This record gives sequence, structure tokens and C-alpha cells, in this order.
Amino acid sequence: MSKLKKITSRAIKLMDVKKNIRDIGIIAHIDHGKTTMTDSLLTEAGLLSPTIAGRARVLDYLEEEQKRGITIKTANISLLHEEEGEEYLINLIDTPGHVDFTGKVTRALRAIDGAVVVVDAVEEVMVQTETVTRQALNELVKPVLFINKVDRLIKELKLNAEEIQVKLARIIRDFNNLIAVYGEEDQKEKWKVDPAEGTVAFGSALHRWGFTVDIAKKKNVKFSEIIDLYKKEQADGLVDRLPLHEAILTMVVKHLPNPLEAQRYRIPKVWKGEIDSGMGQAMLKVDPEGGTGMVITLTQMDPHAGLVATGRIFSGSVKGGDRVYLVGAKKEYRVQQVAMYMGAFRVPVEKIDAGNIAALLGLDLARAGETLVSADHKDGMVPFESITYVSEPVITIAVEPKRPKELPRLIDVMERLSIEDPNLVTSINKETGEYLLSGMGELHLEIAIKFLREYAGGNLEIITSKPLVVYRESTQSPGAVVMAKSPNKHSKFWIQVEPLDDKTIQMIEKGDLAEQMGRKRMGTALKEAGWPTKEARNIWSLEEHRNILVDMTKGVQYLREVRDMFIAGFRWACQNGPLCDEPIRGLKVKLLDASLHEDPVHRGPAQVMPAARRGLLGSFLSSDPVILEPIYKIGVSVASQWVGEVTSLITRKRGKITASEQKGPLTSITGFLPVSESFGLSADMRSATSGHAFWQTAFDHWDKAPASVSKEVIAETRERRGMSPEIPRASKFIDQT
Amino acid sequence: MAELVFIGLGLHDEQDMSLRGLSEAKEAESVFVELYTSLMSGLQTEKLGRLIGKKVTQVSRRALEDESGTTILQAAMKGKTVFLVPGDPMIATTHIDLRLRAEERGITTRIVHGATIVSAVCGATGLQNYKFGRSVTIPFAYKGCTSDRPYEVIKHNLDDGLHTLCFLDLDVEENRYLTLNEALESLLNIEKKKPKFTISLDTFAVGLARLGSSEQVVKADTVKRLRAHNFGSPPHTLIFPGKLHFMEAEALITLAKAPHRIRNQKR
Repeated sequence: MSKLKKITSRAIKLMDVKKNIRDIGIIAHIDHGKTTMTDSLLTEAGLLSPTIAGRARVLDYLEEEQKRGITIKTANISLLHEEEGEEYLINLIDTPGHVDFTGKVTRALRAIDGAVVVVDAVEEVMVQTETVTRQALNELVKPVLFINKVDRLIKELKLNAEEIQVKLARIIRDFNNLIAVYGEEDQKEKWKVDPAEGTVAFGSALHRWGFTVDIAKKKNVKFSEIIDLYKKEQADGLVDRLPLHEAILTMVVKHLPNPLEAQRYRIPKVWKGEIDSGMGQAMLKVDPEGGTGMVITLTQMDPHAGLVATGRIFSGSVKGGDRVYLVGAKKEYRVQQVAMYMGAFRVPVEKIDAGNIAALLGLDLARAGETLVSADHKDGMVPFESITYVSEPVITIAVEPKRPKELPRLIDVMERLSIEDPNLVTSINKETGEYLLSGMGELHLEIAIKFLREYAGGNLEIITSKPLVVYRESTQSPGAVVMAKSPNKHSKFWIQVEPLDDKTIQMIEKGDLAEQMGRKRMGTALKEAGWPTKEARNIWSLEEHRNILVDMTKGVQYLREVRDMFIAGFRWACQNGPLCDEPIRGLKVKLLDASLHEDPVHRGPAQVMPAARRGLLGSFLSSDPVILEPIYKIGVSVASQWVGEVTSLITRKRGKITASEQKGPLTSITGFLPVSESFGLSADMRSATSGHAFWQTAFDHWDKAPASVSKEVIAETRERRGMSPEIPRASKFIDQT
Repeated sequence: MAELVFIGLGLHDEQDMSLRGLSEAKEAESVFVELYTSLMSGLQTEKLGRLIGKKVTQVSRRALEDESGTTILQAAMKGKTVFLVPGDPMIATTHIDLRLRAEERGITTRIVHGATIVSAVCGATGLQNYKFGRSVTIPFAYKGCTSDRPYEVIKHNLDDGLHTLCFLDLDVEENRYLTLNEALESLLNIEKKKPKFTISLDTFAVGLARLGSSEQVVKADTVKRLRAHNFGSPPHTLIFPGKLHFMEAEALITLAKAPHRIRNQKR
């Protein structure tokens, strides 16, 4: 530990030198070698012995991760690196690579300013590379590229120098295309990677060598020489001549921004508060003396320490004993302990300040996505918007304990798991006795169940249902203007719904429109997006499933007093649609007029909430309601002789092929596939290609389900939920006089 | 014949129903009762059933509001039906909807009146009926926010020299009752938030509890002292008197132990 202590004390000194800090992540498609690369960096930092690196996978410290050989939970480390006589502190956040854990990647991205994107030279740019790169660009995280597993091109594919050049050039081209498509206007030209500029590195994480063009020139190493060494099986020396950490960390230090540079353009994007305010300026300037502003990106339950909340401090500092306030939980805490990460170790330190990653103990209600401020700045602190996820939980299973009396234990561990993994939606309905887990894919849920068992001490037997797809209800045309009365019939509301335009939905998904912005700024954003002024500046609420409530009334007496109740009713209705109790998505709900009883009790929550819901559902049912189904993007990499089989398999499953490109001996096919058709795809794909296809899916979008499918979904879901088989008529929710 | 009779149950227990009400109920084919619009602390449905000699069906708020009283209307279509309501039936404003629905269906409707808090406060305090302004209910807070409306009504009435009768919110089905203490606190908070110098600790008010029962309490004093007083179990009622007629002042001193200085009170 003494070595660890020494390194830690050097790291603490560097925390003040903002220009020498880099907060970065490593992101990649699964199995493209991210964790192996991270371990290689750890060795350099003196935290792992060289012989273990490449095999130990320090970050994979959860047993489950090691068994599967993939990384599930995000962990953090801080590293030191010397470049041209200056020492740098590199805070590195490791992120899971499997597509089912994309949500965790997204959250980690909020904490970092730059990312090393790892791409497997054999498999090239794949679906998940695209997903994570898109997410990084959306969070204004600047990417550099590491092309890994170059050794396999030589040893396994036996390509010659020229063929390797072609392959590498194609990867760089494809990667730059992603930046061109998903990058922000201001950055996309500047952020394109180029080997000549030193923003691309090549190498082998397993064999721990790597280089940029610059380094190769300096050390006078030619690519043909590397090929020769591998052919002669003399490649062992490469690790000394071209150590991987040098290539990667040099690239990081030279080309990824420090917090001072990054927060200047990232804060206005990721924080929706007033930039000119005290907090805004403090965060913009990474001011350690300003009010503390921190975003929690990860929470984990430590069996000994309790809840550990990790995140990025954008301004101010955090010390043990500080009084802090969680904006979302609306709760004040005293920080028990502040720690930084060194490898798999959490090392307690006295204080951590702006621009760094910190782990805090003692904040029981902290959740990923939470905003933390110093207690004396709690008034008026605008929270960081909840991070928008490109992926959504689209698959659900019902769980129950084998022995009914263990239900309380199951509920307990389900709650605990949902704290750690906000992408796992647990819903516990005590009335119907339905206990549901929703996740991003089959693997995500499989692992969640494992964790449930483990958390319960291993002896909790859980019965699970077959996976079910999550659907959405939406509409394609405006509904009627309907009047709905409160249950006591003493208040009336006139309501109309219409489909929300795609542009607005995209703004919400990209985080350009968020409730935290406040009414005024939402109004400005919507006006720019082409909304009529009258609607744009009267947004009452923005619901999580992309539904917007607009107040279009004029001078209605007492309306202010029922506003929050009406919003609660609107949210309630959106949670459970009338077609089959699935959430409603993409609705603009307009409150056109209202007539309210003068006595507050006659227009209390029990009156206003049901009326809001009633009117919304009435108008919705009078429109042209549809079922939306989740669609995966699918990428398949397969030898050319199987292309026909893969294509026909995807098409047979209601999928669509959008592109097919020859990449060396392999063909890369991309397309879309309804999630409901994806169950059992592994087996089908294996039998269609005799196991020769590599494939990946990632949630991409919602699409209107074909009539026959939607009819079946509605019937099945209603039956499963014990609802009457008929969809209620609009008239049930509409009052006449 | 399709008929629906609304019968007021009065203030406290089954003894408060009028003889007319009782004989109408005895003649009826179906008897319903609702007990959610206000609390009759001494009433028991079984006792009521024994007194009437019939099964009395209690209907929930849900059945009356969400289902618009369909069960009662269906019974009334078949034969004479009575609907027992705490207080005076139409003082619980919600039931006018049921009456109109019944008439719409060709059901004859009538009302047998009962005693109500609205007039009982005149008896208990000596405050005169014609000097009351708008009444208002003080609601439970919703998500930490409370309505400003009661405060505004009180202010408006006081400006006109009128008394304000304040009902206190209740949720009988959840066994939740707003107490006088909470109601006063809530009004003082609004005064603090947006001061209009209407209600202070020195403002004079009357607190009433369990009117019509043998444990009836009527107490006239400053807001400060009422707020500190324990009025016991619900239901509670609150009055902010306006300009007092000298008979009203004397009555409050005699019946509600008001401090003698109210004789000189000028508003």
C-alpha cells in the first residue's frame, strides 16, 4: 500500500493544476479490448505488475464480470502520466462495453470531457461503436481513436502491409463519418481524427504495444517491421519499444481537453441553468472557490461503507463533514468521507475540488444523475437535466420468489438493485402482485436476476416469466376537443391531444428541451423549433415518455391553484395508456379552457387529477391511437457466403436491411429488427450461418406496429393484466354538458 | 313509482334525523347512506339500520362520484329510495349532480331537511346568520402547497365587516381530519408569505368542535390562544367574526367565553 500512498499523494497535489487534469473514459463495442487496454495503463501507473496486466482485468472486480469476461459496472481510476517534463493527472472512468449496459456508459459520459474510442481492427466499426460514439458526441465528449488488435490482422488474417493499410483507413473513414453525422455543428470538423495529427493510435492491448504516427517516426519504427517481427515470432520486444500507455496517454494529454477548456463549452450544453448566475459562472470557470456543483454519475452499495456516490465536481470542492444538498432528493447531508479511486481501491482523501472525480460516502438518497450542491447554494440551484438515454428498457420479465414468504426479501433486493442500476426499472405493484424488472436486453435482465440472488445471500430462489416486450401507445392524428368533469362534477376542463412532432421529440431526447430549463427558456427553444408563440411559452410539464402539456387557457380563475394537480393527472394518464396500460409516448396535450369551483376543497387533487386524466384519455381515444413497438438496430458481420441466409433471416423476422458493405473477407450488414422478433435470434442465427456470424443489437427507435401485430399486442397485454378485452370507448371519458 | 328522497341526518348521531325523515326511510324499498362528506362522530350505520328496521347500504365517494351514483339511481328507478346524507343534504354541494341525474331519468326527487353546521354555528355562537359572508373550506396541503383562497375569502369578508365560516378539510375514508390548529397555522403561513395584514396572532376567531354532541366546544379567543388550544377529536369548525353587533359580542362572551374587550372591538 505504501506505493499506492505515494502515488495518491502526488495525484492530490495535481488536483489543483487544472490544466494538467484530464477526465476521460474509454468506450468501445463489446470485446474490442477496452478493459485489457485499461489494465495496460494501470501497469504504467505502477498499480499492477506487468505480468498480470493483459490478464488480470483489474477493473472487472465483480465476480460476475470475471466469470463472463465482460465488464458490467463502471469503475474509476486515477493515473499519473509525465509528458515533456510535466506531470498530468488522468481520471479514467471505465465503462461497460456490452450494449445492454449502454445506460451506464451514458451516465459515465456526463463526468468526462474526452474519450478514447477503442475499435477492433478485425471487426471494425460496429453497432455499439456507433451507439457509444453518438452518445459521447451528444454529451460534447471529444473522441480520439485507438485501433486495437492489429496483431490479429497479421497473425490470424495474414494480411500484408497494403491490405492492413486499406483496413485501417476504412476504420478511420467510418469513424469520421460518425463524427460528421452525430457531432455538434461547432465541433464536428475540428473533432475528426487523423493519424497525421496524432489523434489515432494503433496497436495491441493484449501485447501492450501501440503507437501514433508521431511516436513511430520519433522511434523510427516502420509498420512493415512490426509485421516482420510478428512473422518471426519476435514481437515480445514491442512492448518496450512502443509501450501502449505512452501512445494512449500522450494522445490523451495532447488532444483531449482539460477541465478548464472543456467546461467552457460543456456546461452550457449539459446544465440548463442560467450561465450568468453565480453557480453558472463558477462551473464555467471550474472555480474551486465557488459554490460546489457536482453531478453524480454512479452509485454503488458497498457492504461495509454503505452507499458510495461517484461523480464529477464541476465547481467548488467537497471535504469530509461538508454540508451538501441533493437537488433531486431535496435532502441535506453531511459528507462522511471523500475518496478518490486508485485502481480497484477507494482511497480516502481530505478534499477534492473542481475538475476532478470524487467518491462520496454518507449520501443515502444519492442516485445516478443526481445533482449535488453545497448546502448554502441550494436555493435556486438548477439540477443537471436527467441524462437522456439513447437506449430505453424495452424488455420486461415478471419475477416472484419460489417461497411466497420470501416476498419481502425479494422486494428489498429489487429496490437495492434499482438504486445501483437506474436503467433497470423495477415496478412493484402490490395490488396485482406483479413484480416486474425492465431492462435493455435479455442479457441485462439475466444479470439482474443473478445480482438479485447474490444480494439476497444466494439462497433466494426466484421464478421468472418469459421475457416480454415493452410497448408504447401513441397517436397519429389530433383527437377531438373534449370536455371532462371532475368526479364531483363541479369543475370542467376542455382538453385536446395531438401527436408531438418528431423535431420536438428529438430535442427532448438530445436534452435540448428539459423541464429544468424553466418555462421561459423552454419557450425560447420551442419557438426556435417553429412552435406558435402562444403554445411555446406556456409549457406546463414535460413528461418522461416525451409528452408535453401546454396551457392554452386565458384568465381562468383559480387555475394557478390546481396547476400541480392537473400536471399530476397528466402524468398519471401518460403512465398508463387506455389501449393496454402501456405508457403513452409523443403526445402534445393542450388544456384549452377550464371552469373551476370556487371552494378549494371542491377542486382538490381528488377532483382535478381524475378530470385531467379523463379528458386526456377521451381525446386520445377519439384520435387515431396506435401501438409503438421498440426496434433494434442490428449489425451482423459474416463471411460473404452467408449473406443470403442472414438477409433472409432478418427479413423473415419483419426486419429491414439498410446497408451491406464488403469489408475484406467479411460483409457487414446493418438493419432494423423489431425487439419482439429478437427472442431466440441467437439460435436462428447460429443455424442459418453454422455459427459464423458475429452480431449485435441495440435499441434504436420506436415505430408504429403493423395492424395485425398491434391487435395481438393489445389483446395479449389486456388479458395478462386482467383487463376487459375491449378497449374502452372515447365516450366513456367524455362529458357532454 | 320511481322516487328518490334525500334525507338530512343532522349533526351528531342517528337521533338528529327528523321524524319525517325516519318515516320516509321506513317506507322506502332501498336505503342508502353516505358518510364521507362530513363526519357525524356519534353515528353508526348498524344503529341507523336498527332504527329504520331495514338494511342500510353505505355508498363510497367512488360510487357516487366516479360512478355518478348509478347504484342509487338504479334502485330509485325500481321503487322508492331514500338517500341519507350527514347535515342538510344539499349543503354537501356534490349531491345536486345526483338529484339532477335522477330528474333527468324521470325520477321524482324530494328533500327532507336536517340540521346543518351552517345554521348550528349561529346557535352555538350567537353570531347572526345575515351577517355571514362567503364560506370557504381550508384544504389539506397538496405537495407542500396550500390554497390561498381561504385567506382571500376571509380578507374579503372582513373588509365588508362580514363573518366567515370556514369548513375544515376531511377525508373520512382515510380517517384524516384537518384540525383547528393546523388550519390556523396554514392561514398564518399565507399571511407570512404574502402579508395583507388580515390574520395575525391577535386576530379574534371562534373555534368549534363536535357541534350537536354533548361534548360540544365553542371557544372565542385570539388566534394565538386558539392555536395553542387542544380542541379534541373532530369535527372542527372555524369562524372569523367580522364587525360585531353588540348582541353578538354579548353572546360570544356568555356562550363562548370571549374576552370582555371584544365589546369595544372596532374593525
